[in-house]
Amino acid sequence: MKHLLILLFCLLPTYSYAGEAKDLAEDPVLEKRMIVLAENLRCLVCQNESLASSRSELANDLRREVREQMKKGLTDQEIIDYLVSRYGDFVLFDPPVKSYTLLLWYGPFALLLIGLAGLVFQLRKRKKTIPENQLSAEEAQRAAALLNPPKDL
Amino acid sequence: MMRFWPFVAFAVLAGFLYVGLGLNPHEVPSPLINKLAPAFTLPQLHNPAKQFSSQDMKGKVWLLNVWASWCVSCREEHPVLMALSRQNIVPIYGLDYKDKNEDGEAWLRNGGDPYTMIASDTEGRIGIDYGVYGVPETYVIDKQGVIRYKQIGPVTHQSLRETILPLVAELQAK
Repeated sequence: MKHLLILLFCLLPTYSYAGEAKDLAEDPVLEKRMIVLAENLRCLVCQNESLASSRSELANDLRREVREQMKKGLTDQEIIDYLVSRYGDFVLFDPPVKSYTLLLWYGPFALLLIGLAGLVFQLRKRKKTIPENQLSAEEAQRAAALLNPPKDL
Repeated sequence: MMRFWPFVAFAVLAGFLYVGLGLNPHEVPSPLINKLAPAFTLPQLHNPAKQFSSQDMKGKVWLLNVWASWCVSCREEHPVLMALSRQNIVPIYGLDYKDKNEDGEAWLRNGGDPYTMIASDTEGRIGIDYGVYGVPETYVIDKQGVIRYKQIGPVTHQSLRETILPLVAELQAK
């Protein structure tokens, strides 16, 4: 009985065989290049998803478009330019520096500078409003007594 | 005076947020405005053996309405287009986007056909050329074939009255 069981266990691996998942794309190299490109592009339907990960119909069509343009031998930049010419800078996850994106790119630094300027201004003003007091001779003596108490106490 | 600054900063921030509430993040401004409309030649929906070419439209102001039988908002828009077509102000051309011909035709049989002619973009390629990302979309194209306006989402009586028809009148006068 025990031997039979062992024999059965030996057969188990032959049943657990599963084929390796087949690549859906005809050309895995091109598919990889398409995915890398599409990861930096925004899907217009589900706006926070990339073109690579979105399952919307439009994303499907756009991936097909990108694949076809790659087959035609267009460079990545040319394909990006094509999509931008159709859908605008919105398709780029990384917005380019342009006149109307200046605030987006440099606004935070401007705010930082304004904050720093405000801080410096405040500190200077405080220095003026709280002048350092000069101690009279008597006060100096008292302070010295407090700071350096006699040893024998 | 200093103690008002936090209030001013808050009011400015609140102002920005309030404006933001009214914006529609799904409305992506089209880069094709004031550019030549991409040329296309597609089979006609009612007569697939014949072609419709956008080049034939030179010299006319026309609307290109992208629709589909599967599109829910198109139902909302349809009566508005029917009313517009009855007024005979501007020809409406349809682009049946990613749709089966028989579905598109059945849809028009039910609700009426406001279009002068319809091109069927079964695979959605011309849609991509026009930067279509959410049907319905409507383009106003002038006599030189330049896109002057794009309505994203359904055309309404209000958008016709306030934007599209004044623009059409202006373009037709040129």
